[in-house]
Amino acid sequence: MTTLQTVFAKAKADNRAALVGYLPAGFPSKDGAIAAAAALVEAGCDVIEIGLPYSDPLMDGPTIQDAVHRSLSNGTRIADVMRTVEGVAATGAATLVMTYWNPVDRYGAERFARDLANAGGVGTITPDLTPEESEPWRAASASAGIDTVFLVAPSSTEARIKAVVDCCTGFVYAASLMGVTGARETVNVAAEGLVKRTREHTGLPVCVGLGVGTGAQAAEVATYADGVIVGSAFIRRLLDAPDEAAGRESVAALARDMAQGVRRS
Amino acid sequence: MANEGSILTAADLAGNGVRGDDPDVHGKFGIFGGRYVPEALIPALDEVAAVYEKAKHDAEFIREFDHLLRTYAGRPTTLTDVPRFSEQAGGARIVLKREDLTHTGAHKINNVLGQALLTKRLGKKRVIAETGAGQHGVATATAAALLGLECVIYMGAVDCERQALNVARMKLLGATVVPVTNGSQTLKDAINEAFRDWVTNVDSTHYLFGTVAGPHPFPEIVRDFARVIGVEARRQILELTGRLPDAVCAAVGGGSNAIGVFHAFIDDQDVRLHGYEAAGHGLESGEHALTLTAGSVGVLHGSRTYVLQDDEGQTIESHSISAGLDYPGVGPEHAWLKDSGRATYRGVTDDEAMAAFSLLARTEGIIPAIESSHALAGALELGRELGPEAIILVNLSGRGDKDMGTAMKYFNL
Ligand SMILES: Cc1ncc(COP(=O)(O)O)c(C=O)c1O
Repeated sequence: MTTLQTVFAKAKADNRAALVGYLPAGFPSKDGAIAAAAALVEAGCDVIEIGLPYSDPLMDGPTIQDAVHRSLSNGTRIADVMRTVEGVAATGAATLVMTYWNPVDRYGAERFARDLANAGGVGTITPDLTPEESEPWRAASASAGIDTVFLVAPSSTEARIKAVVDCCTGFVYAASLMGVTGARETVNVAAEGLVKRTREHTGLPVCVGLGVGTGAQAAEVATYADGVIVGSAFIRRLLDAPDEAAGRESVAALARDMAQGVRRS
Repeated sequence: MANEGSILTAADLAGNGVRGDDPDVHGKFGIFGGRYVPEALIPALDEVAAVYEKAKHDAEFIREFDHLLRTYAGRPTTLTDVPRFSEQAGGARIVLKREDLTHTGAHKINNVLGQALLTKRLGKKRVIAETGAGQHGVATATAAALLGLECVIYMGAVDCERQALNVARMKLLGATVVPVTNGSQTLKDAINEAFRDWVTNVDSTHYLFGTVAGPHPFPEIVRDFARVIGVEARRQILELTGRLPDAVCAAVGGGSNAIGVFHAFIDDQDVRLHGYEAAGHGLESGEHALTLTAGSVGVLHGSRTYVLQDDEGQTIESHSISAGLDYPGVGPEHAWLKDSGRATYRGVTDDEAMAAFSLLARTEGIIPAIESSHALAGALELGRELGPEAIILVNLSGRGDKDMGTAMKYFNL
């Protein structure tokens, strides 16, 4: 199993940023999600985040909402998410689950952490779990030996950044902008400042997500961040493809472009 | 507060700190409440909490709020005895608190005026809101017009259709109404969309949340602004009947009108508090909004509370003939009142609510909102249980004008 630590150490040794790809489980189909993630890894993604589809994704823009809705309509369950993690982890990529809190809460924090570790997952990203409410999850994750990644935002005060990074292991997720997920024309200028501010409070790698959609943007973000996170741009290509095979080729092409981007700096 | 004729004092607005029933610093009512939101929103929630904390102790703020409640919303609202209606309740004396007589026609105006004043103190020029029945949207659009704020209302596409009249009202008042076509296309999805707008535009925008749910501090703020209902009603029922009621009844969607009327009675241990949720087509049908009666503890819309959810935490879509009760979550303070046993929650079906709706119209000449009709139906049953000596206070949270389309279909009018 590849840990986040190894991934970031290796990227650092190569003098580049890590490339992190996001795809929801169960989309475009249960097996199609594993195949698409494997294509991303093959094309150069170092880390894969598998989204756990949730009925009320209030941090997500239209692209991810659409994919998640289709995934839930495909009948995706948490067992499918775990199977997806297992399949993706087998490719050698460090594999995390990104999830809203309620499904984990309902499943049982300890059970979720244990099952994820058993599936070969290395941790979670929990966008709506605040430091104040995170204690039970951090305890469960620690005893299962998986990492806990939380988000900082451009609006975060210094005190909030400190509180968030103190809960993080593995890396810190810096949301580049005030808004929901989705590819944007440009990556928000606030991102660089946020990464700088975050580094003052932690030695952990800091990855930037939200709004990155092209190789050029990945290259730009790679000049100041330890990792570049891409989700909606991949999902858009899967949504627009005529079939799964074409979708896989299309996301692989974009991932190759991004992988070059993170090496350009 | 030496304001002649004022209805609110500082203590009335913020009964906080006096009672043991206030949330802690993290907005927790016992295990319920708190904040489960993207980090990006935390500073905005902190700011709202800080500005409110200052405002509620500020005599000038209370004076402004009180002034609007009296001269704009039409407070205090009266109590009305409904003897002909009460005959169907085993002769128990039912008394209505007439929130239907407020400007815009529902209790929502109380919270909206308070938060609109807060918006000015926050220095924000734009308000957004979710709405189910359209009453909160209309009230928000109204306050925005009054105070010169830009206003965008998110409303599920299904609700836009069943409350078309309110969509027209909001537009007339200058608001932009955005129909939400995701998910169940009702209140829960409108809330998701409003949060997405807020996180994107938080610098310019206040999210004028419409009920006592959502992340801290909304459950506390909305409750405090709705609290005037019970503060007035307690005083009025003592004057009218010489004693406290045996029970206070209210419909529960998110829970604002219910907490508004309950709160002033919480320390009166002999007064039963009864909340009525929408049972839709009945519990067995699976088509209902019985969040407290049949849901389980989880997190929805930023708060730990009772939720209609499946075994893996996916929200189950609710159903009710009344758009305002068609919500799979509920305010955390109600979750806490339920678990502590202080309040009791029951379900009322679509048919029972519509029967009470029609009965009040025919016996008393008052057409209630379908939401409020759930409380009326509950009171009829409770009256038969408690007997003819009982006094039951019902919060008539709104008027039924907006529901004529539904009533025409239901009764073939
Ligand atoms: C008249 C009326 N009563 C009750 C409700 C339910 O909301 P709450 O439970 O917050 O009072 C609504 C909501 O739209 C309403 O319009």
